[in-house]
Amino acid sequence: MLRQISGSIAVAEAIALCRPEVVPCYPITPQTHIVEHISTLVKSGQLKNCSYENVESEFASMSFCIGASAAGSRTYTATASQGILFMMEAVYNASGLSLPIVMTLGNRAIGAPINIWNDHSDAMSVRDAGWIQLFVESNQQALDVHIQAFKLAEALSLPVMVNMDGFILTHAITRVDMPTQEQVDQFLPPFVARQKLDTDAPLSIGAMVGPDAFTEVRYLAHHKQKEALAIIEQQAAEFQEIFGRDSGGLIKSYYAEQSEIVFVAMGSVVGTMQELVEELRAEGHSVGILSLRSFRPFPGNAISKALSNAKQAIIFEKSFAVGMGGVLASEIHMATVSNDLKISSVIGGLGGRTITKKSLGKIVECAMHGELDKEVFLDLEGTTVVKELRRQQEGQSSGPVAENILRDMGVVSASKTL
Amino acid sequence: MNKQDTSTLNPSDRQTVKFYQTGTFTVGNRLLDEEFRTVQATTERSNSLDSGHRACQGCGQALGARYALDAAMRATDNKIIAANATGCLEVFTTPYPETAWSIPWVHSLFGNVAAVASGIAAALKSKGDTTTRVIAQGGDGGTTDIGFGCLSGMFDRNDDVLYICYDNGGYMNTGVQRSSATPPAARTATTMPVGDNPGSSFNTGKYLPTIAMAHEIPYVATASVHDLHDLERKVEKAMTFRGARYIHINVPCPLGWGSQPAFTIKLSRMGVECGLVPLFEAENGQLTDSTKIRYRIPVEEYLKLQRRFAHVLKPHNTHQLDAIRAIAESNIKRFNLL
Repeated sequence: MLRQISGSIAVAEAIALCRPEVVPCYPITPQTHIVEHISTLVKSGQLKNCSYENVESEFASMSFCIGASAAGSRTYTATASQGILFMMEAVYNASGLSLPIVMTLGNRAIGAPINIWNDHSDAMSVRDAGWIQLFVESNQQALDVHIQAFKLAEALSLPVMVNMDGFILTHAITRVDMPTQEQVDQFLPPFVARQKLDTDAPLSIGAMVGPDAFTEVRYLAHHKQKEALAIIEQQAAEFQEIFGRDSGGLIKSYYAEQSEIVFVAMGSVVGTMQELVEELRAEGHSVGILSLRSFRPFPGNAISKALSNAKQAIIFEKSFAVGMGGVLASEIHMATVSNDLKISSVIGGLGGRTITKKSLGKIVECAMHGELDKEVFLDLEGTTVVKELRRQQEGQSSGPVAENILRDMGVVSASKTL
Repeated sequence: MNKQDTSTLNPSDRQTVKFYQTGTFTVGNRLLDEEFRTVQATTERSNSLDSGHRACQGCGQALGARYALDAAMRATDNKIIAANATGCLEVFTTPYPETAWSIPWVHSLFGNVAAVASGIAAALKSKGDTTTRVIAQGGDGGTTDIGFGCLSGMFDRNDDVLYICYDNGGYMNTGVQRSSATPPAARTATTMPVGDNPGSSFNTGKYLPTIAMAHEIPYVATASVHDLHDLERKVEKAMTFRGARYIHINVPCPLGWGSQPAFTIKLSRMGVECGLVPLFEAENGQLTDSTKIRYRIPVEEYLKLQRRFAHVLKPHNTHQLDAIRAIAESNIKRFNLL
């Protein structure tokens, strides 16, 4: 059924169609509308046989999920930004214990400086945590991929994190095709736990493992993620058969195989890129996009293959490793060592800064002229940065950076200048 | 009782007649009517925590956990799922690939056992399972410090979980550091007996049983491992309530306390009899009952069997001894122990 609703409500209703049995939550912008809506669905009786709990922190929320999942329940929660940092220890624990929890991450920047808007710093902060990490480009995909996430998590007995851009997707009201309960039931069978706390068949979960077996346990986690590569593709095909839509999968190519210059990106920015690429191609330029829908497992082979004809790859990221640079860029570098490919890393959209078609167009123009640097910060205000650097050189007590920059940019009243 | 045991008896003990088998005020199982015997005396005992684990000799926690869990099993017709915080109990019971647990048991993290247990309870609720019950257990560090937020949340939501804290007054598993349950003056690796106020500082720490009471949860109790009948009774009683329940068990730790392993039961009893370890019960935030001290002993009798308090008994530290005496007096008044 076609609906005109926000991304958050769409996801909440999709989650309800998946019949979760336990949903703990803790509020944090921008995912809050998802769990608010699930709360109403449970309280009003529309979502039956579901225990919903507003707990006292994100750490408790993921811990609650761990207990519920270990007790054999289909379990869901959502968080963002500082929230996933606060639950970090439990995030690693959930994957270490192989519990098929599904979580939405409403992608948001990490402070300080505190910032509630979108980027991918939160997702990247858990890139080594052992979770499957999927990204979506649109609200329709967000809805669809959550349904696939439960099936994937339960097939592998691994937790799955669906990343959707905060505000840009969570708060955007768009048209979505909401599947029926029958369709979802056909796609997603009831949850059968691989391991379960059961008084009829007692077992211990969470034993201490020493050097004798730790490597094997960790290797198996890696092995399972590699197994997921095939399962993700297979389930996307199954999904298409039942729902008639192409959603999910490892990667999505928009002319990537037949283009000289290819953007590589994750999430909603692909939409902006698509518009630009259509225009450029109409003008006869050889530009394409490779959208990464699965970040963990990292589909290195599929990426290498999709970029086999490309001459230049522009890796666009909404986060970076401070002191190193683009994480995705360096991973793609590794995946394409045998390709004859020039790689540039473009960092943009940090803390919610708008990524315009115009700015991306300039990047492509530079690339076409062979003038794109190895590392570019999109729309960086160079003069502001230089001003603050000079201030720091002039005196030891130059004050807090964020406040100085806000003042320079005129965001804060000039009367408060030091 | 052999000669060696007699030689270690404290001459100031007013108890001159020792009961058969246990060497404490507790009457040995075989002298009791069957209905009053401990769980361990029956062949049908569940052995929730089985033998062969790696606890130290004289471990109060191993004893407390075994009796508490077996009593809970008996009270629920063997329908118990347990969640465990990181700590001694977790480490000594589950060295991979072995386990001492014969019940469904999960260990997640140090600071989240209450939330994990709440999650299990939520799963049982959504499945309509009203017979299986959930127990969370942790040491004092996992309960009063790092796990305090999750525990308070569990109390707040009145989740159907019995939380058992085994309080040995410090982080014994990591090498005896101070926790917020470490008694004042006690020596730990982070509160050494040096300076003007040797050991852990006075006027610090928190007493979780009364904090639990402040949450007005259905049932709160304290227990000590010298009186296992009392412990079993309190666990069984806790299982008659629905909602959040809390039992705080005093468990001597020979390693952390610097005491003889053979004195675990004795110290457990002496802590109660000197007034430093009050035993009581509370329902919905109101004190309902407390165990009277039968033979009150001076606190120094209790302290002198523990190396962690050795400095307190030095002549120049009488101010510390006086302060500890005052704590015992205060407990006696507050919990009506005489």
